[in-house]
Amino acid sequence: MAESVINVEDLTVEYRIGPTWLEAVRNIDLQINPLQIHGLVGESGSGKSTLGTAMIRYLAANARITKGKILFADRDLRKLTPQDMAGVWGNQIGFVPQNTMDSLNPSLRIQKQMVEVTQKHLGIGLQEAKRRAAEALQNVQIADPTAVLSRYPHQLSGGMLQRVMIAIALSTRPKLILLDEPTTALDVTTQAVILDLLRDLIKDEQAAALYVSHDLGTVAQLCDHVTVLYAGEVMESAPVDVLFAQPRHPYTAGLLACLPSSAANSGGTGSGSRLTTIKGVAPALGARSSACVFAERCPLVIDRCRQEKPPLETISASRTVRCWRWQDIASGSLTPFSEPQPQVSQTTPQDLLVLNARGMSKRFGDGNLLNFLRSKPQSYVQALRDVSIDVKGRSTFGLVGESGSGKTTLARSILALLQADAGQLNLQNQPISLTLRGRDRAVLRNLRIVFQNPDDSLNPYRTVGQTIDRTIRKLAVEKLPRAAIRKRTKDLLQAVGLSPEYYDRRPSQLSGGEKQRVVIARAFASHPALIVADEPTSALDVSVQAVILNLLKDLRAQEGASYIVISHDLEVVSYLADYIAVMYLGEIVEQGAGEALLNFPSHPYTEALLSAAPTPDPSVRHQPIVLRGEIPSPRNRPSGCPFHTRCPRKIGVICERELPPVHTDQDGHQIRCHYTLEELLELQHQGPPTPPSTATPPLATP
Amino acid sequence: MARYFIKVIRRLLLLVATLIFTSFIIFALTNLLPGDVARLVLGRDASATAVANFEQQFGLDQPPLQQYINWLRGFVTADWGRSFTAGNPPVRELVLARLGNSLRLAGLTLVIVIPVSLVLGVLAALREGSWLDSFISVMSLSVVGLPEFVTGIVLVNIFALSLGWFPATAFVASEMTFGAWLQILFLPALTASLVLVGYITRMTRAGMLEELNKPYVRTATLKGLSWAQVVFGHALRNALLPTIAVIALSIGWLMGGLVVIENVFNYPGIGSLLVTAVTQKNLPVLQAISVLIVFFYTFANLVADFLFTLLNPRIRLA
Repeated sequence: MAESVINVEDLTVEYRIGPTWLEAVRNIDLQINPLQIHGLVGESGSGKSTLGTAMIRYLAANARITKGKILFADRDLRKLTPQDMAGVWGNQIGFVPQNTMDSLNPSLRIQKQMVEVTQKHLGIGLQEAKRRAAEALQNVQIADPTAVLSRYPHQLSGGMLQRVMIAIALSTRPKLILLDEPTTALDVTTQAVILDLLRDLIKDEQAAALYVSHDLGTVAQLCDHVTVLYAGEVMESAPVDVLFAQPRHPYTAGLLACLPSSAANSGGTGSGSRLTTIKGVAPALGARSSACVFAERCPLVIDRCRQEKPPLETISASRTVRCWRWQDIASGSLTPFSEPQPQVSQTTPQDLLVLNARGMSKRFGDGNLLNFLRSKPQSYVQALRDVSIDVKGRSTFGLVGESGSGKTTLARSILALLQADAGQLNLQNQPISLTLRGRDRAVLRNLRIVFQNPDDSLNPYRTVGQTIDRTIRKLAVEKLPRAAIRKRTKDLLQAVGLSPEYYDRRPSQLSGGEKQRVVIARAFASHPALIVADEPTSALDVSVQAVILNLLKDLRAQEGASYIVISHDLEVVSYLADYIAVMYLGEIVEQGAGEALLNFPSHPYTEALLSAAPTPDPSVRHQPIVLRGEIPSPRNRPSGCPFHTRCPRKIGVICERELPPVHTDQDGHQIRCHYTLEELLELQHQGPPTPPSTATPPLATP
Repeated sequence: MARYFIKVIRRLLLLVATLIFTSFIIFALTNLLPGDVARLVLGRDASATAVANFEQQFGLDQPPLQQYINWLRGFVTADWGRSFTAGNPPVRELVLARLGNSLRLAGLTLVIVIPVSLVLGVLAALREGSWLDSFISVMSLSVVGLPEFVTGIVLVNIFALSLGWFPATAFVASEMTFGAWLQILFLPALTASLVLVGYITRMTRAGMLEELNKPYVRTATLKGLSWAQVVFGHALRNALLPTIAVIALSIGWLMGGLVVIENVFNYPGIGSLLVTAVTQKNLPVLQAISVLIVFFYTFANLVADFLFTLLNPRIRLA
């Protein structure tokens, strides 16, 4: 095998926390071979970002490398001065960060931010640098480079900015590219295009890459080799196909088993099996064991694991694992996280509708006199257009869509956190007001919410007990004595799997998963009929996500509530929901029973969305259906069918001119398209749509 | 860009509206003062005819709203009325002469404050946690903590009385060279600067620190740019945005709040004229100065807003 591009030996990085230095990553060995895309996976706090940037010798102000070597281009990067590093960064090592909007300077034009790299490292003049910048943008499939060059970052979409970042990183033909969660902030359809682009460009440039991510799906789709990090140590490192197919470390096996889509959980949508979970939480920086760091959470733990740290063993040419019992796992005599999970209590949806929404519409930002005077009628944002949904009792209604699709606006309109402009809402067959003021306590009691980010949705100054007590007290049918409230709170805490000691804790003392349990307990405090959960697990790690998803299913059965679950993550929705609606630009384009919709997506948008979702299985690397450009701004809604600008199955002018009709089949599966369901299934049968160019459409003039 | 232009016009109209509104408030307040203005000015023993004459001379016999309209009409047509004091000099000349002095003092103060506090603030941020940072913090805080009459007197003792470099009191003559002006202005301006420097330095430091911790600075560093390119080419411009607003706010203070400093140095600025006008119940002077101070205050903020927009493409091209 050719010599590796970068070779990290025994690298240890420490952080100063208060007066002490704590090891964030320790004794890391990692090699990246030429042409290899090397995935670095781990949950939050595993040290993956610290390791990723430390490998290119970029450290936070309170971090230091205490041990090890970083061999890159025949030099040990640890021995280089900052001045030397400035000649390596941006030149031999490119960097693509996570959050593009913040990672570009908001007050400088794209051109300036591109040419400064090539001017600095290639010693070329401004004119030549400009020419190359345009060329680099063309390479990342940006259709009109000149227009993009003259823009400021805020004038471009997230996907466009990520293309720019990639163009910058590649502009000096670096040997190594560090990709730090480059698609986390993007929508799935954009993510699919960017991953595709990255894969091709890295190969074209003969470069190698380190791809840091928490997302096993994108890792499976993009990487050649994967290293799994836990509590700052390498657990396992292997080529992507064998790692996913035959994990040797219990932690890797656990991570894969936690995924709603994993084999252990197979059984289809809305299945009754619980998700596998990894018990406990990852140890804090100062509390890591000097023996095996995973021992406390490992189902295969033996005494030795608690006494002695296992070495990182090389078990084949390209595989290493850190576990005392890997041989037993390899031989098949032990299989971690394979025990069948108990069934969740099943619920059958009732025919009674818990919520029925008709013709919900919401516009933002019109009625401005100035715009009226300047005759700009289209300055409003149509966030929601004539949306109707039915939520059955004891069921889960999943809402799927990309950012800007209106799914959160719909949820907020139902909760009256936003006032819809038009529409009718019936809760348990009783009409309810669209405004919060117009709703009585019974409505508030029956309609609760679980927010996305548990860090923001709990008052940091109240204890867990105070928070839940308060909700019970405020929404109780009759005035309750203190003791009864307290009793109910403790029951709720128990129901969400928290011991009574949590009553007196404050949010700052809880982990993300624990906070979300408190939020869920609070939502159930008033015995609601319907809970709206807006991205309930998107701020959580997969191992915690599994716990929360199980909990949501259990509570639904126990408490007899229904859910509206909003998520951009199809796996989450498919695990929870009995019924799914797909939204695009404020409209529902397809809705139907979960299984039917996921297995037979009919609408071209649903078809593309499903094909774009990265499967956490490297053996299924299908070509996603590429959608042209990005979701248009709701400010400039396309005429006719709102999807026509990107639709790979566009019929012709009819799509541009006429709003498509709604077709419904006998099972209630519904689409809004000029094709019928049968026609679309027939078209899919003939094969995927002809892919449009992955190039971005030209920019609209600002 | 058209949207930006409309914004400018709207802001200018708002400025005019603010001025009219505040002038009305000022007029109403001064008219609500207890007691009869003419008697207050002329003394308790003034004869009824003298009072009637006075009221007629200054239009005080008319209904209040009429008085306000007359005053406003006069103000916009450069007739600011006449002072109540002996000889009844025209208010406009009186106030504008003092205003010129105040503008000179404010101008020199800003010339000192802006570069000094920006440099100190940026230095402190770049050396966060070092002895230099602590030193700048301690010095700027302690200077802010001292009342300006104390710093003023200390400065006079050192630079005027001991060293004799600058005059202890400001004697403003009608014809003066630029150098002579500088001599007079330096100590009062330095005193005012010391009050402002601490605050603006800390704002600059905070702004710079915030920017230095933003992801785009990491991007710039990982592009291999030099330290100077990262700091001055990328971070500085964004860091200065919040500082601009603070500087604008301080202009308001410089234009009307320097009474103490003007007193220490016996400097004939607008602040001391304002105090005199209050003690003498000299309403025409009081009203004119108040409106001018409001004008400078709002105008400085307006300019700051435009600068902010101009330097910030996210707002300019939103």
